[in-house]
Amino acid sequence: MPKSPQMSRREFVGIVTAAVGSVMGALVGIPTIGYLIAPSLSKEAADAWIPAGPVESYPVGVPTLFNFNRTKVNGWEKTVNSYGVYILRNEDGTILALSNICTHLSCRVNWKTEENAYICPCHDAYFAIDGQIVSGPQPRPLNEYETKVEEDSLFIHYLGS
Amino acid sequence: MFQKTFTWLDERLGLKTIYATVLDRKVPKVNWWFTLGSASLFLFLLQGFTGIMLTVYYVPSPDHAYDSIQYIMTGVSYGWLIRGIHHWGSSLMVLIVFFHMLRTYFFGAYKYPREFTWVTGVFLLILTLGMGFTGYLLPWNQRAYWATTVATSIAGTVPFIGNFINEVLRGGMDLSAVTLARFFSVHIWWFPAIIAALIGVHLYMVIRLGISSVPKEDD
Repeated sequence: MPKSPQMSRREFVGIVTAAVGSVMGALVGIPTIGYLIAPSLSKEAADAWIPAGPVESYPVGVPTLFNFNRTKVNGWEKTVNSYGVYILRNEDGTILALSNICTHLSCRVNWKTEENAYICPCHDAYFAIDGQIVSGPQPRPLNEYETKVEEDSLFIHYLGS
Repeated sequence: MFQKTFTWLDERLGLKTIYATVLDRKVPKVNWWFTLGSASLFLFLLQGFTGIMLTVYYVPSPDHAYDSIQYIMTGVSYGWLIRGIHHWGSSLMVLIVFFHMLRTYFFGAYKYPREFTWVTGVFLLILTLGMGFTGYLLPWNQRAYWATTVATSIAGTVPFIGNFINEVLRGGMDLSAVTLARFFSVHIWWFPAIIAALIGVHLYMVIRLGISSVPKEDD
């Protein structure tokens, strides 16, 4: 058969198949990417001022642990997370609130008065009373919470994680 | 460069031979009714893909099944699309597979030497219906729960062994967490694996024997 100047039936069907297939693949494939990564993209604004009771209840000069719970919706489930904050009242009236989450690998640190340090039981990280690094594998000082006092009550600014 | 890579691969994998055998085989002059088999295959692959995607978020447990689907529908980007395709695709697949069977029947394509192709097709039809049956329970809403209650009770009306069949299907006396888990297992592992294997056999015979032509007046 001499080669016709027009497109052959076979070529036409091939092109149509490829085009329709690409459109359908894109229609299903591209939304699928969004579907898979969606949970990592949704950041709910969850910051809140947590009431931590009367300022007077915290002794001056000794870090005192305050615990609070936050409920978070993860997908189809509600998770209650517990957070610990060491609250330190200084003699000049300022207040320092430090997260008890170790900056190394997220174990919980404990205040040891006899050592005058926050000590992480997992890998022996030592933090000073102001949260600064003393020794150990931790890369950063302890995280600090913003605080405010309203009518002699202490509030801690929880940022959502 | 591309040509060289292709030649290298072709020499080892026989890509051109596969293409010629599978897609370039000789076929008689046929009509649109002969596309239903390919359509069924396409729908199976689409259901497989969207089904795998749904398992990313779906939880087959009575306390989370419904909520996890609510999350898919409202919490995840395009979850409604993925589930929608799977939901409507299932109905369409039953329809298309059924029409595929009707075409084979009315065109007499099940006759010698294609009887065994027909037999595998019968199993594929039953398995497709089984996929619809097991998938229907998974949303764990009122309709799913009662539809499965009724359907397993129907299985229970078989003489003598009915009660046994009912309890095997439910995994006990009641429709429970055990029922949901085994329906899920059958829906995502057992049936798809058997269907995929049978499609392999089905297609092997289609390629080996060729397809039948449209019957003539004197056939």
